[in-house]
Amino acid sequence: MAVATDDNNAFSDYAHPERLVSTGWLAAQLAHRVEGAHDLVVIESDEDVLLYETGHIPGAFKIDWHTDLNDQVTRDYVDGERFAQVLGERGIRRDTTVVIYGDKSNWWAAYALWVFTLFGHEDVRLLDGGRAKWVAEGRGITRVLPARTAVDYPVIERDDAPIRAFKDDVLAHIGRPMVDVRSPGEYSGELLHMPDYPQEGAMRGGHIPGARSVPWARAANEDGTFKSRSDLEAIYLSEQGLTPSDDVVAYCRIGERSSHTWFVLTHLLGFDKVRNYDGSWTEWGNAVRVPVEVGAT
Amino acid sequence: MSAGPVTVPLPAVLDEIAQDFAALSARDRLTLLLDFSDDLPELPERYSGHDELLERVDECQSPLFLVVEVDGVPNASSQEATVRLYFQAPPEAPTTRGFAGILHEGLDGLTVGEVLAVPDDAPYRFGLGEAVSPLRLRGMVAMLSRIKRQVRIKSAH
Repeated sequence: MAVATDDNNAFSDYAHPERLVSTGWLAAQLAHRVEGAHDLVVIESDEDVLLYETGHIPGAFKIDWHTDLNDQVTRDYVDGERFAQVLGERGIRRDTTVVIYGDKSNWWAAYALWVFTLFGHEDVRLLDGGRAKWVAEGRGITRVLPARTAVDYPVIERDDAPIRAFKDDVLAHIGRPMVDVRSPGEYSGELLHMPDYPQEGAMRGGHIPGARSVPWARAANEDGTFKSRSDLEAIYLSEQGLTPSDDVVAYCRIGERSSHTWFVLTHLLGFDKVRNYDGSWTEWGNAVRVPVEVGAT
Repeated sequence: MSAGPVTVPLPAVLDEIAQDFAALSARDRLTLLLDFSDDLPELPERYSGHDELLERVDECQSPLFLVVEVDGVPNASSQEATVRLYFQAPPEAPTTRGFAGILHEGLDGLTVGEVLAVPDDAPYRFGLGEAVSPLRLRGMVAMLSRIKRQVRIKSAH
């Protein structure tokens, strides 16, 4: 059975406020939780594969974007059987409320939420502000691993089409709204990778023709929480000229930062059709004879 | 005689660490890596606050800085001189700290000649590929090559 939503006033303006919970709400839920109840499961999903082990929200399980959500052979997400195993092992049933949080302003948490959505998991929410906010507020973390009671999660066939774009979809989409959420240097073609990050092997720099540069971080406050709806509308609607009925593709380097923007457009601003191109620049920048644009605008 | 490729052996301590990792399951390897992260020594006083004296390892996903000393002075010349390693990485980057911790325990105190003889593929010998993903191991490869480069420069005549 689903857990009641966080009726925090700060969220009420968003298109889908039920997709966010505050640190205070989560702390209260955990304080009153019934031992063995399966209606709320907290998941930590980080860039750093060891960060969870250094201390996590009590009772939270870990899902690693690479080792748990990606297929280890093909460049693709896990299939329904593996997904059922990953979730079932963590005590998640099909109707469980899942709250995900992570490092880096919830990049990887948003990415995990997006993958959960590929499998149609209905009630999946983000902890606004993520791991950093929880820690900054002095809320408890622990190294104690939660007890695992495996449950049955059904094997669901992944449904990519509504929220995932592939290279051919993007080729056909050129001329329609597209958001490049990488840093300005990556967009212009000056950099082949994120500043301060390892080179991940793109042969060409630049962006997909027609894509607008809206770095993901513009949607986040200093403390990693999401900006207010009016601030977000000022960026995506007024400044970028997007409208919620637009068919939008977002991309970055491997689809993690663009999951953050996908979440903002879909759940906070109520866009109907946003697809994340997870192949992103590590595919496009290596593909033969796809059009590339360079320069800052 | 085997016609297979030549495998350069690891220095003794690094080899022991590799064997410790090899004996564990993927999950327990993460726990051991966390121990190395926890035990990474603090940067000595003379370097703290002096980022300009440290080399940034850009290939790591999180900021890591390192500095090498040869025989306690910036420029010793012998292959027998002792190598000292110092690292700085934030607690929010435990994987990177863990890699640094392995290299610290395995290489600190060895001679110039011994450090330079460490094979460049050493980071792949801890069985960490499946535990942390091969992508993430690149940071450790970069750390090792930058350590060897600093040793080479600082031990040159």
